[in-house]
Amino acid sequence: MANINTNTRAQKMTFWEKIYLPEIAKGLSLTFKQIFEPKITRSYPEERFEPTGSYRGRPVLVLEEEGERCVACGLCSRVCPALAIEVQAGETLTRDKERYPEKFEINMLRCIFCGFCEEVCPEEAIVMSKDYEMVYQNREDAILGKDKLLVPVAQLQDRLEYLRTHQYYEPKAA
Amino acid sequence: MDFLTLCLVSLLKGALVLFLVMLPGAIISVYSERRVAAFIQQRLGPNRVGPFGLMQAFADVAKLIFKEDVVPAEANKFFHSLAPLIACTTTLALFAVIPFADYVMINGTRIDIAVAPNINLAVLYILAVSSVAVYGITFAGWSSGNKYSLLGALRASAQMISYELTLGSSLIGIIMMTGSMNLGDIVYAQANLKWNIFYQPLGFLIFLVASFAETNRAPFDLVEAEPELVGGYHTEYAGMKFGLFMLVEFVHTIIAPCIIVTLFLGGWQIPVPTFILNAIGIYDGSIPMVLLQLASFLVKVLAMMFFFIWVRWSLPRFRYDQLMNLGWKVMLPLSLVNIIITAIVVYFTK
Repeated sequence: MANINTNTRAQKMTFWEKIYLPEIAKGLSLTFKQIFEPKITRSYPEERFEPTGSYRGRPVLVLEEEGERCVACGLCSRVCPALAIEVQAGETLTRDKERYPEKFEINMLRCIFCGFCEEVCPEEAIVMSKDYEMVYQNREDAILGKDKLLVPVAQLQDRLEYLRTHQYYEPKAA
Repeated sequence: MDFLTLCLVSLLKGALVLFLVMLPGAIISVYSERRVAAFIQQRLGPNRVGPFGLMQAFADVAKLIFKEDVVPAEANKFFHSLAPLIACTTTLALFAVIPFADYVMINGTRIDIAVAPNINLAVLYILAVSSVAVYGITFAGWSSGNKYSLLGALRASAQMISYELTLGSSLIGIIMMTGSMNLGDIVYAQANLKWNIFYQPLGFLIFLVASFAETNRAPFDLVEAEPELVGGYHTEYAGMKFGLFMLVEFVHTIIAPCIIVTLFLGGWQIPVPTFILNAIGIYDGSIPMVLLQLASFLVKVLAMMFFFIWVRWSLPRFRYDQLMNLGWKVMLPLSLVNIIITAIVVYFTK
């Protein structure tokens, strides 16, 4: 019963703390100093955020000089928890690469940027890019085909480098 | 001046105050509130609409006007519409007695720069009208048919009633010193830097804190404590009715500094001795003098407004029992002490 109406924190306060005013003045001076501190807001369209290699943005297909790396094994499509990837394989005439994706579509309305596709890919053919500006006017536009997915390997060096230094799996023998 | 011209002049002055003081004032208040808040939090704040984001307030109002006016099915339609009007009218009516500057002589006619100058009960008028404002909030909360609105409104009325007492009694010191309730006389008595804040520091402090509570601003904004009450009394308002409540809130941040400046910080008095002004050819009643006085008043009000915003973004909200304790057990006895001390000093010195 005795403890019910006691406020120990209030009892521990000194006289000057109890009359609030010096403490209020301290608080006000603290906030006043903040006014002259540098602002942390980034003015977005003018100042862009440049992500590092560890950033998981829009998944893209790696395009090399002789063509895309993808061999249409369909593992990415299989592992995708959101069922965002659709792959249809076609046969090639070259000997070192038997299959290529005839159709490769990622539905960006479904993609959850988990990076499983990249992780599972045996060819390092699908990687997460730094692209974070994904605006689509309608649902059809949000389904990206090969024309939008293929990105030259030169633009993806940061990510590939990151993947090599932070491998999920044993690297392929060079 | 005959009665008809007096009426016309007052009407004209009222319109001028409405369009030259209140609306730009509300816009400045919205803008400075958001910008100062942002700066205190190391953000930039609205800076996109117009130069430096100055048109943000217009954009917000335009948006509110085009919003659908949703009235809840449970609401009492009549009082639901009446409440924002009461809140708005009572707040705007407070401007009537504020002297913005001294007077100007035009063709030998003296025109006071206030809508209703030299009302002999102006202080009482301010207290009376500002206490009617509680009806707006109570109606809004009660007629919405929402428990959060009702709780917000109940808190508001309890808070305003408790602090009104303090608000009134903290002014008695000034009234005793000046011997008048006329705001014009109170300002005249503060000439030559004899501002009331230097003679009534305790009264000033009490009035300041009580006006924070009276305008329902932080740290006493229990009325719309978001984590507890959603939006408080204006939870169920949309469109321009909500806009009116917001307008009231922002006009409060102008009118409260106006009243404080008039009563305690010398009103339009310029903190420069009169003989210097006379020496450079500026006399009472001339247009440069009035402009200087307006500028002086404006600077003081803006400084006070900044203080209001600054306090809002520095202090945490009071708990309800703390608020009531502060109001009844601290502020009211202090204001009574202030009255007694002032009475004794006035008795022996005048």
